[in-house]
Amino acid sequence: MKKENEITFIFDSCSENEGLARTVLAAFIARLDPTLGELSDVKTAVSEAVTNAVIHGYEGKEGKITIHSRIEGNTVSIEVSDQGVGIPDITKAMEPLYTSKPEMERSGMGFAFMEAFMDDLEVVSTEGEGTTVKMRKTIYSALNLS
Amino acid sequence: MERFSLERNGSTLILHISEELDHHMAMQVSRTVDTQIEKGNLKTLIFDFTGMTFMDSSGIGMVMGRYRKMNFLGGQTFVSGIGDGVDRIFTMSGLYRIIPKYEERIQGA
Repeated sequence: MKKENEITFIFDSCSENEGLARTVLAAFIARLDPTLGELSDVKTAVSEAVTNAVIHGYEGKEGKITIHSRIEGNTVSIEVSDQGVGIPDITKAMEPLYTSKPEMERSGMGFAFMEAFMDDLEVVSTEGEGTTVKMRKTIYSALNLS
Repeated sequence: MERFSLERNGSTLILHISEELDHHMAMQVSRTVDTQIEKGNLKTLIFDFTGMTFMDSSGIGMVMGRYRKMNFLGGQTFVSGIGDGVDRIFTMSGLYRIIPKYEERIQGA
């Protein structure tokens, strides 16, 4: 089996596309034969990152979201980028239960879930330019097979 | 296709939902449930997640938002039919400290 594989896709920022994004990623990592738990971890993390871009990055307005994902060996890395408003204080945004939009019933758990479900999480953001969420996870069921 | 359904039994409203619950879905479900809550005479709201395969943090916001409305009106809120995936999300968020599982409710409380 090919040890490396890469995908990049760009889609409109809207809530309908949240499901599309995580379904594409789920299909992309299927070759690593993840457990249901691992698959759910990745889907949840992608869903959180895309939802953040839709709600916070573009604040419900039009924009494009780019997902770039790469499989190397047993590890999948995923980057979710927007060219939205950016995050003024990343440390605060990543605090569990903190949300800048309580009126929209956001739980403030998005980054906490990304952090918990993936092995690595890095957030790069510039105000007025956008945000990129970089995540990485090793799929251990694939490790056992190799 | 039925994505979610409501069952009204006297003063009890049960929401059955097995569709993947993300931000997009949560907005639709919240609107539908709120319409029922606003009609009044509701004492108990039960979220039945039997068969649910996916939920992200938007599900927590949806349940908590409805809980606040029910609590304000003096009603109770429960969650039910929790599978492993949903359980992990609820446990990590601390939701059970506020909203009990219907199966584990204290009778008459």
